[in-house]
Amino acid sequence: MSLAGKAALVTGASRGIGREIALELARQGANVAVNFSGSEAKANEVVEEIKNLGRDAFAIKCDVSNSEEVTEMVKAAIDRFGKLDILVNNAGITKDNLLMRMKEEDWDDVLNINLKGVFLCTKAVTRQMMKQRQGRIINIASIVGVSGNPGQANYVAAKAGVIGLTKTTAKELASRNITVNAVAPGFISTDMTDKLSEDVKQEMLKQIPLARFGDPKDVAQVTAFLASDSASYMTGQTLHIDGGMVM
Amino acid sequence: MADVLERVTKIIVDRLGVDESQVTLEASFKEDLGADSLDVVELVMELEDEFDMEISDEDAENIGTVGDAVNYINSRK
Repeated sequence: MSLAGKAALVTGASRGIGREIALELARQGANVAVNFSGSEAKANEVVEEIKNLGRDAFAIKCDVSNSEEVTEMVKAAIDRFGKLDILVNNAGITKDNLLMRMKEEDWDDVLNINLKGVFLCTKAVTRQMMKQRQGRIINIASIVGVSGNPGQANYVAAKAGVIGLTKTTAKELASRNITVNAVAPGFISTDMTDKLSEDVKQEMLKQIPLARFGDPKDVAQVTAFLASDSASYMTGQTLHIDGGMVM
Repeated sequence: MADVLERVTKIIVDRLGVDESQVTLEASFKEDLGADSLDVVELVMELEDEFDMEISDEDAENIGTVGDAVNYINSRK
């Protein structure tokens, strides 16, 4: 197990990709703080599954766009585990619409959770990781942050922002042995993408060279790799996990 | 006063790997002690822990020398 004894915090870990990342980190040996904002019951299920693997875990409610709540969450994780080695910034929402019809509020909500949330969580863990002289931060971006996508101006802007933030944070923290990388998933089957119509799904499938949608596991395993010592010479990178959609 | 200077000096010596004799009240963290901006942020963090206080970003910006740090801590006690 490549993450034996490590302590991790995964935001938005009650469902979808975040849930699978929390479980994969635990399978690799890590203890995990499972953050959620709304789905407490689902977060508790993830905690139970992790405990069944023999690792420590706890669920913690936090709105990642609220700096006070974020500070409390990070403190809770450090109190529980005595350290914090891995942060996975996964929490995200969508409020899709064509630019001309997009409400200012929908823009703000998506930017606050998907971009400001990454900034706040990263800032909050930095102190501990600098002291440890060791840390791994993995940001879940999106392939649309690289390629653009009609109907998702807010989401795309936030995810492109996350990629830029990843590079800057990587440069600022490299001297303290903290690596910061991003993964950019393509079309991954989750609750969030199940909402799309069959037509849209078929259209997307045509653009994927590997001719299938991804599974949350595909993202979780790459994330676990980036969190491991195997990836210690990589920082500031964005790995596309998209079946070859964007090259 | 001596106690604060002693504790501050120890932190600086540990963190920046400089010789104790270099840590004078006039010594500038960046110019004389070889600290980069991240080192200064870390030093401030350690001072916060050591003296159990919070140092605001505005105040931290004004701490440029060892004497600044000692005076700041004494003024807050």
